[in-house]
Amino acid sequence: MMLDRETWRRNLESICLPVGALLLSLVLFGLFCAFAGANPFGVYESIYTAAFGSSRAWQNTLIRAAPLMLTSLCTLLPAHLGLTIIGNEGALVVGGLGAIAAGLTLQGNAPLVVQIGMALAALICGGVWIGLVGFLRHYRGVNETISSLLMNYIAIALLNHLVSGPWRDPSSLNKPSSFPIANADLLGTLPGTRIHYGLVYGIIACVLAYILIKRTTFGFAARTAGGNIRAARIAGLPVGQLTLAICFLAGSCAGLAGMVEVAAVHGRANESLNANYGYSGILVAFIARQNPLAATAIAVILGGILTSGGILQRAHNLPDATVLVFQGIVFLVVMYSESLFGRLSIFKERPGTRKVKPAAVQV
Amino acid sequence: MNTTLTHQSHTEVLVPPELEVVRMTKKFGHLTALDDVSLHLRPGTFHALLGENGAGKSTLVKCIMGFYRPDHGDVIVDRHSRTIDSPRDAHRYGIGMVYQHFTSVPAMTVAENLVLSRYETSNFINWKQELQALDTFMETAPFQVPLSTPVSQLAAGQKQKLEILKQIYLKARILILDEPTSVLTPQEADEVLGLLRETVTQGRLSVLIISHKFREVTAFCDEITVLRKGKFAGTGLVKNLSIADMSEMMMGERRQPKPVHKTTHLQQNPILQIQQLHAHKDNGAEALAGLSLTVQSGEILGIAGISGNGQRELVEVLAGQRPATQGQILVNSEVYRSTRAEMYRHRVYTLPEEPLRNACVPHMSVAENLALRTFDRPPQSKAGVWLVLKMIRQMAAGLIDTFKIKTPSAETPVGNLSGGNVQRTVLARELSSERIQLLIAANPCFGLDFAAVEDIHGQILAARNQNVAVLLVSEDLDELLKLADRITVMSEGRLVYESAIAEADFATIGRSMAGH
Ligand SMILES: Nc1ncnc2c1ncn2[C@@H]1O[C@H](COP(=O)(O)OP(=O)(O)OP(=O)(O)O)[C@@H](O)[C@H]1O
Ligand SMILES: [Mg+2]
Repeated sequence: MMLDRETWRRNLESICLPVGALLLSLVLFGLFCAFAGANPFGVYESIYTAAFGSSRAWQNTLIRAAPLMLTSLCTLLPAHLGLTIIGNEGALVVGGLGAIAAGLTLQGNAPLVVQIGMALAALICGGVWIGLVGFLRHYRGVNETISSLLMNYIAIALLNHLVSGPWRDPSSLNKPSSFPIANADLLGTLPGTRIHYGLVYGIIACVLAYILIKRTTFGFAARTAGGNIRAARIAGLPVGQLTLAICFLAGSCAGLAGMVEVAAVHGRANESLNANYGYSGILVAFIARQNPLAATAIAVILGGILTSGGILQRAHNLPDATVLVFQGIVFLVVMYSESLFGRLSIFKERPGTRKVKPAAVQV
Repeated sequence: MNTTLTHQSHTEVLVPPELEVVRMTKKFGHLTALDDVSLHLRPGTFHALLGENGAGKSTLVKCIMGFYRPDHGDVIVDRHSRTIDSPRDAHRYGIGMVYQHFTSVPAMTVAENLVLSRYETSNFINWKQELQALDTFMETAPFQVPLSTPVSQLAAGQKQKLEILKQIYLKARILILDEPTSVLTPQEADEVLGLLRETVTQGRLSVLIISHKFREVTAFCDEITVLRKGKFAGTGLVKNLSIADMSEMMMGERRQPKPVHKTTHLQQNPILQIQQLHAHKDNGAEALAGLSLTVQSGEILGIAGISGNGQRELVEVLAGQRPATQGQILVNSEVYRSTRAEMYRHRVYTLPEEPLRNACVPHMSVAENLALRTFDRPPQSKAGVWLVLKMIRQMAAGLIDTFKIKTPSAETPVGNLSGGNVQRTVLARELSSERIQLLIAANPCFGLDFAAVEDIHGQILAARNQNVAVLLVSEDLDELLKLADRITVMSEGRLVYESAIAEADFATIGRSMAGH
């Protein structure tokens, strides 16, 4: 009973603060738009219409939400182990490269075989990519945030090198790309919509991540090691293996996002792969407070906002990058709101009624 | 020393303020941590706050310091009711506190830490001037700590001195100490408290100390206030009270210490063998220098020694928290590397010092922390993969009950419990197993009230009597003499003395501890 009361306030806090942060970001963004000469309320309305105003808008939003769910896991999973990894973009790109390599190699086989091949290749490539970050962290003491950030640049350089060199399709003129995947091998769409199966992958991955962290012994061990590595050691938990495993899983989720982009959206690998889904995924993970189920919802919201980039330009004369400004604002406000946890008195436990004075001895 | 002190009293003749707490109540959820408690700290006195674990002592002083906002009641400083919302406010009224844990920045020097601690630090620091001021301050301070040493290189005793100096440097006239001696050796504790006592006697400081050690209370304090289960249980002058009176006030009943029974084992075999073990300290210096020892089943091997002679590192190596650089550890004559599988197979359990830092995940719940040894085995897990949350909760409820852990609920984060109850949580986890074979304990009774100490000593002895091999590392010589079958002394990373407890020679032990 009392337990309910206690967790109730704590849960409320972890919902209200991020939502409050989102709302405050909207206000700040409105101010920014006003400065840039647009009517903030008009902007809000446009964002809403572009993101959620019609079935078409919803579909666009969900198409963008799919990779966000997957990339958010790349930050979210390691966070439970106490690691801050921001190599989502790199893992996505490497996963996309793996997918295209597998897709082109397996061409001619049954579509399902090709698709499974692409998915596996993407999982492995992304997994190894972030697994390397975990390895450097555990065995060499290299800061995982810095190394994963720098590995993003390596991955992007690798992409540019491959698609404009060895893997280039000579017919791709102004946007160097790899050869395309056969149409039959592309991921299909959900019946009656334009939404591809990536959304299903994203939701399944988030649910699995939730189960993994909350309901399995592996997740328990990871949370222990993330909370206090000394306690984990005293319990004999294999901290090194946990680090590698979590980092591999994190990277493979982002890698799968790369596969989805390649096999469902672009049909080939080119610089469009590097569309900031990785960086937005970091944002999703933080707003969701590292909760995988919350991440699905946040990914939809953020996907909607990304969708509205074009309309801001067309209808309000704001530059295309305005949505990036919005993301930046959200990021700062969310980071700030993290520091408020446990500080706001409304979420503190309430005193009950006072008791009568007890007898005391006086010596 | 005396001359410098009188010298200072010319420059600053300031009587410490009078502090009163009136009818204070503080609740955490449904748990009433403080219920209508009053306390009167007279200027220039040394006042002890006593009570069992979880009695509300830390909560009371945290309310005085403005960490917690009491639900009811007043803090009166010099006969004016004051609202104290933060330690900064408390500082304004001349109240400063030293915590159960260290608060200095390890990578910075003593001088930097002192300057940093000031509330009104300006944006520019004139180091030359500051250092001069600090030098003069150190000359007149009750004890000295080298100013240019990084804090990470100080021994525990010196760190604690620095924490106290910090408050004096901040011109605190009322010093609140929360179990300040739990990290100190008895000698260090006596030194620190003795010097504070002198300062109090000169009327330059009032001290409010939380302690579980009656010896310190009778030796240094003027007056006591006792809490029992969150309620005011009595107050009085130390000179009018016997230890039995005080413990009766604490627990509401008179208790006789239980005598110690040791059974003799006919057949003993070596369980833990350490051979030529080497390991480094954090700073790379040698901590263990070829240490060898054997612990037999059904025996308690005690390791005495002044802290900082490698005891901590030894326990860390055994617990798997620190790699050995050379040598090997055998358990049941098999090489032991502190993996989870080996811990389970050889039934090795550990009670490390500082349990919150070493053996708990503070933000995880009491139930989860209690499950740390068993979560991957049936019945708490299925197939070693799925957690059975219901069984984890059930076991937690049982352990909370048997080990009398005082917690609002099993879901409370363990970091919210009182120091003693964190200790009990770890004890419950490590001692509840039916099948212990080797127990490694390091200062298991730090910070516990004396009923709990009795209890734990009883548990350790019971384990020994059931043929468990116990390695007991302790800085409390009395504890070792009471429990151990064999006693050894550790100095500079090796054992320098060993004898059966019956033949143990106090003078030689003392000399070996001092490194002679
Ligand atoms: N932040 C908190 N939230 C919830 N309960 C708390 C909190 N802090 C303390 N308590 C509870 O209040 C009670 C009193 O705790 P307190 O820390 O004051 O005990 P104590 O007398 O200092 O004990 P010890 O000797 O073990 O340090 C305990 O039952 C503890 O679990
Ligand atoms: Mg306490």
